[in-house]
Parts: sequence; structure tokens; C-alpha cells
Amino acid sequence: IELKFHYTVHTSLDVVEEKVSAVGKVIVDQRELYLGLLYPTEDYKVYGYVTNSKVKFVIVVDSSNTSLRDNEIRSMFRKLHNSFTDVMCNPFYNPGDPIQSKVFDSMVSSMMVQTC
Amino acid sequence: MSPAQWDLPPELCCRPMAFVALTGLDVVYNAVHRAIWDAFCANRRADRVPISFKVLPGDHEYPKCRTKRTSYEWYIPKGILKTGWMNKHLNLVPALVVLFYELDWDEPQWKEKQSECATKVEIVRTSLQGRNTKVAVVLIQKKTPLPPGEDVMASERAAALCNACDLSGKSLFVLPHTDHLVGYIIRLENAFYEHAQTYYYTEIRRVKSHKEFLNKTTHQLLFVRHQFKTAFFSELKQDTQNALKYYRAAYSLIHELRTHETNILEIKTMAGFINYKICRLCFQHNTPLDAIAQFRKHIDLCKKKIGSAELAFEHAAWMSKQFQYFGDLFDEAIKLGLTAIQTQNPGFYYQQAAHYAQERKRLAFQLCGGPEANLGYPAPDPLETPTGILDFYGQRAWRQGHQISTCFKLVSQELIIALLSNAVAQFKKYKCPRMKSRLMVQMGEEYYHTKDYAKALKLLDYVMCDYRTERWWGLLTSILGTALRCSYLMAQVKDYVSYSMELVGRASMLREDQKSRIQKNVAKVLKNEPPEAEPDCDPSAVKAAQALWNERGSQASGEDLILEVQDSVPFVQCKARFLHPSFHLDVPVQLHVFLLTDSPHPVRFSKLCVSLSNQDYNQYCVVDSLGQAPAQEDMCLVPGRTHRYSFRFVARPEDVGKKIEITGVDLMLGSENGRCIFLNWRGGGGDAASSHEALQATRSFKRRGRLPENEVDWDTVSIQASTMIISRVPRISVQLHHEPPALNNEMYCMMVTIQSHEDIVARDLKLTAGLKPGQDANLSHTTHVTLDGSKMCDDSHRALLPDIPMGDLQPQEKPLSIRCSTTGPRIFLVHVAYTVDTCIEGRDIVCKCHKFEHLEHVFVDVPFLLMTDILSMSPWPLHLVTSELQLAPTMAAVDQPASQVEEVVLQTGESASECFCLTCPPVHHGTTGVASGQYVMSWKRKSANATIPVVNTVITLPHVAVETIPLYVHADLPSFGRVRESLPVKYHIQNRTAIVQEVEMSVEPSDAFMFSGLKQVRLRILPGTEQDMLYNFYPLMAGYQMLPLLNINLLRLPAVSGQLLRRFLPSLQSIYVPQYKPVYITQVAACRVSFYY
Repeated sequence: IELKFHYTVHTSLDVVEEKVSAVGKVIVDQRELYLGLLYPTEDYKVYGYVTNSKVKFVIVVDSSNTSLRDNEIRSMFRKLHNSFTDVMCNPFYNPGDPIQSKVFDSMVSSMMVQTC
Repeated sequence: MSPAQWDLPPELCCRPMAFVALTGLDVVYNAVHRAIWDAFCANRRADRVPISFKVLPGDHEYPKCRTKRTSYEWYIPKGILKTGWMNKHLNLVPALVVLFYELDWDEPQWKEKQSECATKVEIVRTSLQGRNTKVAVVLIQKKTPLPPGEDVMASERAAALCNACDLSGKSLFVLPHTDHLVGYIIRLENAFYEHAQTYYYTEIRRVKSHKEFLNKTTHQLLFVRHQFKTAFFSELKQDTQNALKYYRAAYSLIHELRTHETNILEIKTMAGFINYKICRLCFQHNTPLDAIAQFRKHIDLCKKKIGSAELAFEHAAWMSKQFQYFGDLFDEAIKLGLTAIQTQNPGFYYQQAAHYAQERKRLAFQLCGGPEANLGYPAPDPLETPTGILDFYGQRAWRQGHQISTCFKLVSQELIIALLSNAVAQFKKYKCPRMKSRLMVQMGEEYYHTKDYAKALKLLDYVMCDYRTERWWGLLTSILGTALRCSYLMAQVKDYVSYSMELVGRASMLREDQKSRIQKNVAKVLKNEPPEAEPDCDPSAVKAAQALWNERGSQASGEDLILEVQDSVPFVQCKARFLHPSFHLDVPVQLHVFLLTDSPHPVRFSKLCVSLSNQDYNQYCVVDSLGQAPAQEDMCLVPGRTHRYSFRFVARPEDVGKKIEITGVDLMLGSENGRCIFLNWRGGGGDAASSHEALQATRSFKRRGRLPENEVDWDTVSIQASTMIISRVPRISVQLHHEPPALNNEMYCMMVTIQSHEDIVARDLKLTAGLKPGQDANLSHTTHVTLDGSKMCDDSHRALLPDIPMGDLQPQEKPLSIRCSTTGPRIFLVHVAYTVDTCIEGRDIVCKCHKFEHLEHVFVDVPFLLMTDILSMSPWPLHLVTSELQLAPTMAAVDQPASQVEEVVLQTGESASECFCLTCPPVHHGTTGVASGQYVMSWKRKSANATIPVVNTVITLPHVAVETIPLYVHADLPSFGRVRESLPVKYHIQNRTAIVQEVEMSVEPSDAFMFSGLKQVRLRILPGTEQDMLYNFYPLMAGYQMLPLLNINLLRLPAVSGQLLRRFLPSLQSIYVPQYKPVYITQVAACRVSFYY
């Protein structure tokens, strides 16, 4: 089942790529980081977010979950981004390595707990 | 329960068209009738009205109309929609029956014919008993009819015929069988169409009228049925907007029905039908978003209506079909011009359809207890009804209970794969490469399940590299796992080993114990033993596979397998590097190969060899168990430790200047008596993941713990796949002494000093000196080099002196003279070659040389002054020996010119001037330019010794513009005047033409002078004579003053203006200031020419 999510996230990158390149043509600086709903599948809704340095976040939500609106998703991404920025600012973190930050992990799991 | 059960009936999928039956046509034997029929049905383009025609015999039996019930009170409907209903109205019950009858207005036996026609109409009417179907009559006539109203007989008889047949006038048509058949037919068609419209309209009204008899409790099904029928009739009427409305109403009604086990299938079936119709119409109306929204609603509503758990597979199949049909509709709409987008294209629906198809298969397996449980198909097929056709759509043949049929046998894998490949095609179109890869993985897995391992492997192999380059290791591992199973089951040794190696390697996310198992399997393969079966394989397939492996093992001993590992992530990493980017010929080339394994167990190899671009060196770069074998432990790679293997060899002299590249590294696993597998890295090693790892490593701040001696940190090793063999550094010094810049035409001396620092004598020293080849071709013509500096060199000397033998080497000097006859930088080459033992060396030195020149410009025709300015721009002092003016024949000197600058020394920036007075004899035919001659300067450097010859620089003087003038005016006047002292000026006016000239002269008043003399005069001057005019000027102001303007007009030659003549007159007069300055000064780069009056 984890594999399935990997595939879902991986395939969603197609849409992210397309959206980023489409937006890139208009304005680069003023870009909205939140990409919105990437694509609907039967079971999940996939949302995307791309930072200015092209780091991509993807959130997959169960289709039946209606409590999460666009705004909630957006704020989740913000939180994720902030936390990610903190990780990046850690001088002992080497960009590209897997993230091993307790703070980041706990933030992510708290977010998961909240939504469930 | 065949999959075909879920196929939509064709009558649902087609576009409903009004049905019109044609009778009385004999299309087989009657050519005229045939032509009429062809005109109706051939070439039906989109612009013709949508009618489906059918030829029926006159006495055709139409479906019987059941007696209409007057009350629905006790009626309980058994189902939603009868299976035959749509077909009935599409193909069986016509909206209009047209009777064709051959009858001309002037038919002699009119009475008989008329009654025959009436009988035929009656027959048709009878067979349509109870239906609202219209009847129309078409008279086929041979003559072209007259315009209406003119043919009295025609209108009378038409009325009579209508009466006899009980037809309204609108239902009687005449079809003249003439040239314009198609035109008439089209008009007929339109009339038929109108009749059909009315028919369907009344049908709609009829169905609607039932509504008031219905009640909500017992007739829920009828509500749906009636809405559906209304919608369908609307469609037949081509009223798609209303049809859509009714379908939507039907759709919402159907979901209001109470569902229970027995009717859930029926409800879903009908919901599927109606949904299909709605989506189809939405696409047709170009509102794809509505279609998508409807479909989503449909799926959301129906997703939960699984029914009994045992029938879940049936539900999945139904869902699959729903998606597939929507995908088809979407795709069709796109073909008709709809534009889809990346996130909304048919691919998603096909994918989902495939997903449900897989789901169905899974459920069916579950139900039947796995594929082995070979339940026999019930002998009397419970699906077969006596008639073969069910009464209502979506109802089961047996209404009691629900037996489970052994449906899984009929699950078609092809269906899933076809759906997936459809989806792949769509995603490819909409730029979703990753989605495509994912679907291909799914296809591969599907093939794996159908035991088509070869196809599975092909697909998986195709996408693997995508995942590899994107570094999604988790996904890659899963794909590799499937691929490994496939290759195992097919006993493909090569694939098996390569997938195993990747699964054992660092890219795999498998647990250590699994890796260890796989590595042991690889070891077995190397020993030519069959490997253990992969887990999760079909046991029967495993048995077959084991047999295959045994067979492979017996036949293929000592077989070599070469695996290209460059593009995968194997469990052994390799990096090869030359120690330096270049090696001198006299130093041995050193090469290191680093190997690292990340498998759970140590890896033993039997041979390591490096191939280089020059294969002669390969023999030096081999490690194997034979020969001067390195210690056995060296041949064993310990996981996590970097092993280094060094090689060295001496490069050959012929490789000087060439690049030596590592073309590949081969690592042999296994042994000769078992099976050998060569891992081949192209170039200097590295694999699909290594470049990114190297990047990470350079970014990393982490420092690994201090490693023991002789060990290398893997990440610090970089690949250096090529090295340059360069020649030995020459130990000889070449120095050039010269004083740049060289001057034009000078014999420029350059001293070449050669000194050897070799330990031994340098022999066969050869010097090449001169202009570097490859520069502008003109330079080589204008540059001459000689060793003999005492003589001036000329064109016979070459620009480059090759290979001047110098003998054996003592420190020595060689003077070199260079002469350049044009300016510009030149690059000279001094090349020294010598021989020391076996080495040949060379050295290039580049020097530049410079030089300058002068420009000029002039004109006039009377005595004039030529002034030459010589400006030294040389950084070195110049000694002017002499100068000479060589006049052209068109010029004459007024006096004998002698050099005025003899033996003058000019420092940098100093200049010397000479002045010559010249005249120009009259020239013919008004040539404008006259050559004035040449100016020759002889000079040399002050520093040059006496042996250096004197350089003659020849400057061609500029051409002079010559003008012939009719009148020559010149003035005698003192060089200066004093204020308030008389200043006599005499103007000489000379007539140079052969005719008498009449001259008008006037002197204009001036503020600066008072004057006496003729202020305005007209006089005649004879040819060749001269008239003097004397004026006494009396200056009033000091400083340079303009003399009063003398105006001269030639009455015969008005073209010659006073302006021109005035040029010969002095315009300035200095008063009080004793110096006299030339009036016009033309300054050019270095030479000045002044006019003298």
C-alpha cells in the first residue's frame, strides 16, 4: 500500500512539472507556491506545492475526507514549508540527504493526527 | 455472466434517428426503384436530415401494439425497461410509412389504378393497427409536372386520390423520375422528416399522458421508464436539449428507487445506460465539464451499491465498464475536436477501468479460492434462458437467490491489458511520462500474472531506467522484484544476475536478509547451480522453472555473460582514475582502479582488467588469479571497504600528444569451471547513481572518521578516465634579443641565443626561423628573412627559413635579419629541434614586429609649394642619410631641388620638413588628377652598425587635382603693412584663353581699409596678355585683416565665378605683425602641402 502512494506521488510530479513550467512563463517572482489540486483519482485527492527553489511537497488526502478545504491544505503546506526551511537552515544538514529531523517528523505526524 | 453482459447494447450507443419505412419499391428488379433507393441511402452526408430508411414489402407485419390499458391501478411493473424497446423504436416501428406507387396524372386507366393504390394504403394501415404511425404516398411519374395550378387534371385527380386513400393533401407527393432525382429526393426527405417529427411529438405526448395515472408507491419503476422513453423519443426527434433534460430526470428518479438485493443489478444497469446517454449528449453539446461532473456523480452514487459481498466482483466489472465507456466517449469527443488537458483526459478513465478490472479478478479469485480451485462450470448453464433473451435490462435469469457462477474463468486478462495500453496511449498524448511509466509497470505486472514473462520483462525493463534516473529507489526495488521473478521463472541467467545485482546493491530498499538470500542465489548461479525459487511465485510455475534451470546448467558450462552495469546500480561500484591528467613520456603512467561492494556478503572475483584506448597497454592492467598472483585476500571485496588496484606502464613514443582513455573496466565473477560473469563498466566506471552520490559527497560537510593507512574514502575518489601523453620537457633555453618594433623596409636584426641544459650533448640541432605559417598570405610575400644581414634582401628571400643546421650544441648565437615591406603585426616563429638519445623536443617563441607609414593629399595648377614633413614615430632614433624628390613628367620644379634634410638625426616624435616649389604644365582634356612623383628617403637606425644597409623608403606623392582656368589673377603686395601707411597692391590679371575676355571688376568697401584706385571697371584683355591694376590701400586697423574684396566677373564665361578666381588672391593681410604665414595650410598625417601665390 505504501508502494501505491509512492506511485501516486511520483505520477503527480507530471502535473507539478507541467504547472510549474506553465507558470514559469508568466511571472517567476510572484509565483503562487501552492499549486492546488493536482489531479483527482477515485480514492485520493493529490495536492501540490512547489517552493521557489523547486522543492516539491505533495499531500495525498482520502477522497472521502471533505473536512479539508483548499485553505486548510494551503496552510498545511505553509507549515510544512516552514518546517522544511528550518531543517534546511540546520548547518549540520547536508542538502539532498534524507531528512532526519525529529522536529520535522513530529510536525508531520501532528499534522496527520489532526486531519484524521 | 460473461463480460459481454456489461457491454452496452448497440441500440443504446448509436445515434437515434427517425425511422421511415419505404414500401412499394422493388429494388431488386426495377431499375427506376433501385435508383430512387440509392438516392435515399447513398452518400448520406451530415447536411442531410437524420433519417434511417428501410425498404419493407407492402404487406410487412409491424410489431403488434398491445392494447392500451386504461388504468394503471392494478398494474405492477416487473422491471424498468424492456430489452427490446429501444430496438423496436429504432428499427421496427416506423414513424412514417411511405408507399411508392407508379402513377401518372394522365394515366388512361386512372380509376383502376386509384383503387389499387387505395387498397395498398389500406393494407399498410391495417398492419399498423393501433399505432400513430403516419402513412404517405409518393407517386412515381415519368413526366415532369407542370407548375401547380396549371394542370387542372392533376389537381382534380390528386384530390380524388387523397379522398380514396383517406390521406391529407400534405401526405401525397409526386416524384418525377427525371434528371434531378437527388434534388427531388432531398425535398421528399425533408417532408418525411417533418412527418416523423410530428409522430415522435405525439408519442412523447402519449407517454407523458400516462403520468397522471401513476402513483408513487407502486409505479416508481414506471416513472423511470416513462422519463427514459420520453427522452429517447426526444432524441429520435433530434431534440437533444430536451432529451438531456428527460434523461437527467430519469437519472435522478432511478436513484430514488428502493434498492434491494434482487434489483440492485437492474438499477445499476439502467443507471449506467442513462448515465451513458447523458454523458454522450453533454459531449455532443460541447459541455465536457457537465459530462465529467455527471460521470463523477454517477460513480459516487453507484460506488457503494455493491450488493451482496459475493457479487462484489460483478460490481467491479460493472464499474470497470462504466469507466471504460466514459473513456471511450471522452476519446471520441476529442477526436471530434474537443481539447483535453493533462489532468483531465481519457487516460484516467481507462486507468480506473483497468483498476476495477484487476479488482474484479482479485475478487473472483478470492471467491473461487484461488486459480487452482477448478470448479466445474454448472452443467446446465444457469444463465441460459429458454429464449436466450431476458425481458428487462439488468435482471437476472433466475430471480430466486443468487448462485455464484464460476465467472473467473472468463476474466480476461487481455481486457485489463488493453485498458492499460489505452491509458498509456492517452497519457503519452497528454505529457504524463510518469503516469505512463506507472501504467507500464502495471501492464508488466499483469503480464506477469498471465505468465507472459517475456512481455512483462520487456515492459519493466523499459521503465526501470526512468525510475533509476529519478532515484525513486522504493519503486525501483518493487519493479526489480517483479522482474527478478520473471527472469527466474524463465531461467534467463543474464537478466536474473543483473536484477539480482541491483537488488543486492545500494539502490535497493530490501531488508538485509532478503539481500543476503539473493546474493546467495547469485553465488549459486555462478557455480552453475539452479538458484532458490523466489518467494511469491506460482508453485506450478516454479516447478517448470526449476527444470529449465537444470537444463541451462547442464548445457551452458563455461559460458561467458557480459553485463553492462553502467546504467544500473549494481552491488559492486567501480572507479578508475589516472593519477594525473597528463603524463610525460619519460614517466610511467599510473592508473588506479577502486572497487567497493555494498552487498551483505564479501564478493570474490577472479579477474579484473582495464581496457584502454590503445589496446597495447591492456596487458599491463590485469589482476587475475594466475601469473604473479596478488594475495588471495586481494581478490575478495569486503563490503563497505574501498579496495584499490594500481597499475603502471610506460607509454610509447608514438602516443605523444595523444589521449589515452579508459574504455572500460571488466570485473569477472565466478570461475572458468562454473559460469563467468563479466561486469563491464564503460569508461572509467560509475553507474546510474554514482554521479549524484559524488555531488552529494562534495556538498557534504561530514568528515568520515580517520581511515586506517592504505584505505581510501570512497567518496573522495573521482573518476579520471583519460590522460594525455605529452612529450618530455626540453631542457634547452632559447632567447631572442631584438629591439621592437621593426621599421618598414628595415633590415631588422633579431638575435637567437640557444643554450642547452641537458645532461648530455644535444645533437643535430636544427633551427627554423621566420614568419609563422598560417598567417595572412600577403604577409609572407612582404616579409623576407635571411641570415646574412649585410645585404638588403629582396623578393628572392623566403619568409621562413626551415631547418638551419646548427651542428652539436654549444651555447651559440645566430643573427637573423628580417625585412617587412608593409606594416602590421607579424608573428615570427623560432623553432629549435635537437636530438637527445631518443627524445625529440621543440620550442616555439613568438615575437611581433611593427612599423608605420605616411599619407598625403594635394592639388593646383600654377606654381605651388610642396612641403614634406617627416615625423619619426620610431621608438629608436633614426638617421636620415638623404632625401630626394623624383618628379613625375607632368611636374616640373621651379628651381633645382636639393635635399634639405641630409644627415639629420630624428628622435622619437621629432619631425623634419622640406619644401619644394613646383609648377604643373598645362594638361589636356581637363584631367583632374596628375601624378606628382615620388619622394625617396634614405635612412637607418642610429644604433645600427655600419654594415647594416641604408633603407630607402619610397613615398608616392599624392595626385594633384588640376584645373584649367581662363583667367589667372595674382597679386603683388608687401608682406605686411602698417596702420595709416599706404599699402600698394598690384593685381595682375592674365587671360589664359585664346579669345578676348571681357572682365568686370569691382572692389568692395571694407571697414579696415580706405583705398584709392578703380572701384568698378570693365575692361577687355587680349588672349595671352595681362592687365595690371594698382590699388593703394590704407589700413585703419591692426591685426590680420581681410583685404577689400575684389570681385571679378567674366562676361563671356559666367560659369567662372569670382569665387574661383578669388582663390588665387591673398585674403589676409598682416598689419603691424612682421611674420607672414601661409594662407592655406592643409595638414595631413605627416606631409603638408601649401600653395604659393
